[in-house]
Amino acid sequence: MVAPVLTVEHLTMRFGGLTAVSDLSFEARTGDITALIGPNGAGKTTVFNCITGFYKPTEGRLTLAHADGSTHLLERLPNHQVNRTARVARTFQNIRLFPGMTVLENLLVAQHKTLMRASGYTVLGLLGLKSFRDAEAAAIEKAKGWLERIDLTARADEPAGGLPYGAQRRLEIARAMCTDPVLLCLDEPAAGLNPRESADLNALLRHIRDAEATSVLLIEHDMSVVMEISDHIVVLDYGKKIADGTPEEIRTNPSVIAAYLGVEDEEVEAVEAEVGLALPHQEHTA
Amino acid sequence: MARTASDAMPAAALPGTAAPAGALGGILRDAALYALVAFGLCVPLVAYRTDPGPEGLVLVPRWGLVAILCGAIFVLRLLQRLLLLRRDARRALTASPAQATEAVAGEPDAGQKTSKVGLKVFVAVALTLPVLATLATGDLASSRYWIDLGILILTYVMLGWGLNIVVGLAGLLDLGYVAFYAVGAYSYALLATTFGLSFWICLPLAGLFAGLWGMLLGFPVLRLRGDYLAIVTLAFGEIIRLVLINWTDVTGGAAGVSSIPRATFFGIPFTADEDGFAAKLGIEFNTMHRVVFLYYLILVLALITNFVTMRLRRLPIGRAWEALREDEIACRSLGIDTTATKLTAFALGAAFGGFAGSFFAVRQGFISPESFTFLESAIILAIVVLGGMGSQFGVAIAAVAMVGGPELLRNLGFLSAVFGEGFDPSEYRLLLFGLAMVAMMVWRPRGLISVRMPSVSLGERRAISGAHVSEGHG
Repeated sequence: MVAPVLTVEHLTMRFGGLTAVSDLSFEARTGDITALIGPNGAGKTTVFNCITGFYKPTEGRLTLAHADGSTHLLERLPNHQVNRTARVARTFQNIRLFPGMTVLENLLVAQHKTLMRASGYTVLGLLGLKSFRDAEAAAIEKAKGWLERIDLTARADEPAGGLPYGAQRRLEIARAMCTDPVLLCLDEPAAGLNPRESADLNALLRHIRDAEATSVLLIEHDMSVVMEISDHIVVLDYGKKIADGTPEEIRTNPSVIAAYLGVEDEEVEAVEAEVGLALPHQEHTA
Repeated sequence: MARTASDAMPAAALPGTAAPAGALGGILRDAALYALVAFGLCVPLVAYRTDPGPEGLVLVPRWGLVAILCGAIFVLRLLQRLLLLRRDARRALTASPAQATEAVAGEPDAGQKTSKVGLKVFVAVALTLPVLATLATGDLASSRYWIDLGILILTYVMLGWGLNIVVGLAGLLDLGYVAFYAVGAYSYALLATTFGLSFWICLPLAGLFAGLWGMLLGFPVLRLRGDYLAIVTLAFGEIIRLVLINWTDVTGGAAGVSSIPRATFFGIPFTADEDGFAAKLGIEFNTMHRVVFLYYLILVLALITNFVTMRLRRLPIGRAWEALREDEIACRSLGIDTTATKLTAFALGAAFGGFAGSFFAVRQGFISPESFTFLESAIILAIVVLGGMGSQFGVAIAAVAMVGGPELLRNLGFLSAVFGEGFDPSEYRLLLFGLAMVAMMVWRPRGLISVRMPSVSLGERRAISGAHVSEGHG
C-alpha cells in the first residue's frame, strides 16, 4: 500500500487559553479525496491553517510524503515553503484572488517558482533571453489548459475581481493547481454555489484526483458534495476527532449525528428514527 | 446649504422623466441659493478691507469683488448641476460592466485615446525641449530658464517612477523616499570630494548604496503594514536627515558639501580652455552646453528607470509585486517569498532614488540636508498618487503639473488687472495646490490615469478599471 500523502499526528493548536484543535490524528491517503467536516467552530480551518503553514502548531507533527518517497515536516517549514518545496496548495473560505489582475495573470502568478527560475531570478529575463520567453509561453499554455477546464477562456483578459462568484471559486482552484501540488486543500469550495455549479465542482475535483494525480483534502458543509465525492471523511467537533471512515460509515455513526443534531448519546436512537438518518439535510442545528 | 441642495434633488434625480423646463428652474434656483449663501459669507469677510489711514484704520469697500465672487459661484454651481444632469442621464442608459455575465468587448474610452496621443506628444517634447526652448526664446542663453525647469521636472519624474515601484506596484506606502535621494546625493558628493572619483563611477555606486539602504530599511519593516509602515518609513527619512546634520566630521553638517565636481562629457570637462568640450568639438564655448548635457543626462536616466520598470512588470518579479499589493496572504499560499519580493521592491525603488540623488548633487554642485526634508517625500508621493498608482505616464503628467504648475503662477501677471495692483499669484501657490488636491480626490480619487494595463494577455490587451485594483496596505 502507498504511504499516506499527509499524516497528522497529535496535532494541538492553542490560542492563549483556547484549545482550538486538541490531539488530532488522521491520515489523508494518496489519490483520495479526504473530507474534513464538523459543526461551525469545530476547528476545521485551524487544521487547514496548520497544514498550510499559516499557523505554527502548538504540538504535533504533520508529515507530507511525495511520490518519490521524500517526506516533508510541514510544521517546520516557513509559510511560503509549504507550497514551494512541500507542494501543498490551498484555497480560502473567503475567496482570495488578485482582483485587479486578469484571470490569466492570476494563473501566471501561481507559476512564480518556475518562471522565476527561468528568468534567472530576473537578471536573464531583463535581457529578454529566448529561454525565458519559451518558459513564459509554456506557462501560458498551461494556464490556457486550466482556463479551458474551468470554462473561463473567453474571460481570460478580464479582471478576476469582475467575475461572478462561482467563476471566482473555480479560478481559485485552478490557480492553486497551477502550482503543481501533490496535496490540494480546499476550504469550503462549494460555499455559495448553486446546485449546477456544485455538480461542476464535483466533476472538477474528480478530474483533479484522477487525471492530475493530486490528492485532495477539503472542508465542506455541503453534504451533497461531501457524500458524493469523498473517499474518506474525518469528523471534528470541539477540536477533537469524533469519527473517521467512509461516507457510509459516517452517515450512520451515532456520535456524528449527536454532534450535528445536538442530543444526548442516550437519545441518539430515538432521534435517528425520527429524522430517518437525514444527516445530509440537517446540518448546523447544534 | 445641505437642505437647499436636497430640496432641489428630486428635479435632477429623474432627468428623463422630469420636464426639462422644470429641471432647469430647479437648477437655477439652486444656483441662486448658492450665490446667496456666498454673498452672506462675503459680506463680513470680503466686502470691507481695513487699511491703515492717517487717522487710524479706514474701511475700503470692495463690493465689486463681492459681486465677482458671487457671480462666479452662481456660474460654477450652474455648470456643475448641468454637467451632472447630463452624466446621470447617460449613466441611466448604460449598464455597468460589473453586471456583465459574458465577456464584454470594451472600446477604449476617451481617456485612453487621449493618453495614447498624449504619450507621443509628451515624449516628443521631452526629447526636443532644448531646441524648442531655444527657438521660442531666440538664443541658447535665454532658454536657460526653460531647460532648468525641464531638468527639475525630469528629476521629479524619475523620483516618481522610482517610488512608483514601491508604492504603485508593490503597494508599500513609503513616506521616507527622500532618504534614498539623500543617500545618492551624499554618496556622489563625498566620494567625489574625498577620493576624487568621477561622476560616471559614482553614479552606479550611489545607486548601489541607496539600494543597500533600501534593503536595510526593508528588513525591520517587513512585518508592518499600512499606517505602521508609513510611520516607520517617515521616521527613517528623518533619521537620515538628522544624521546628515549632526555627523559634521563626514557630512559637513548643516553647512553641507560644497564644490562638488561638475559633470564631464565622459571625461571631457565643459570648460573654456583648450581641453574643454567646446574646443574639442571646434565650436564656440557656451556655459549652456553643460546645462543641455545635464538635461539629456536626466532624460536618459529617467527613460532607463521607465524602461526597467516596464520590463520588470512583465517579469515574474513584477507580477509578484502586483500580486503582493492585491493580496499578501494569497501570495504566500502560492509559494511566493513575500520577504524577498518586498525587499527587491524596496531596494530597486531606492536605487533609482539614489541615481536621481547623485544627479542632483552633480547638477547643483552643492548639497545640504535642507534639500532632503519631509516635504520632498510628500511631493514625490503626491506625484505618484495624483498620477495614478502604477501608471508610468500618469506619474509623468503629475510631475509636470506639480513642479511646473507653481512656475506657471509666476506668469499670471495679467490677473492683477482683475484683483488690483500688488496681486501676486504665486502667493496663492499652496491654496491652489490644496484646491487641486481636493478636486482630484473628488473627481479622480484613483489618480489621473487610474486604469491598469495587464502584463500579459491572450487577446487584445484591454485596460482594467481602477475599481478592481487594490491600492495596497503595506
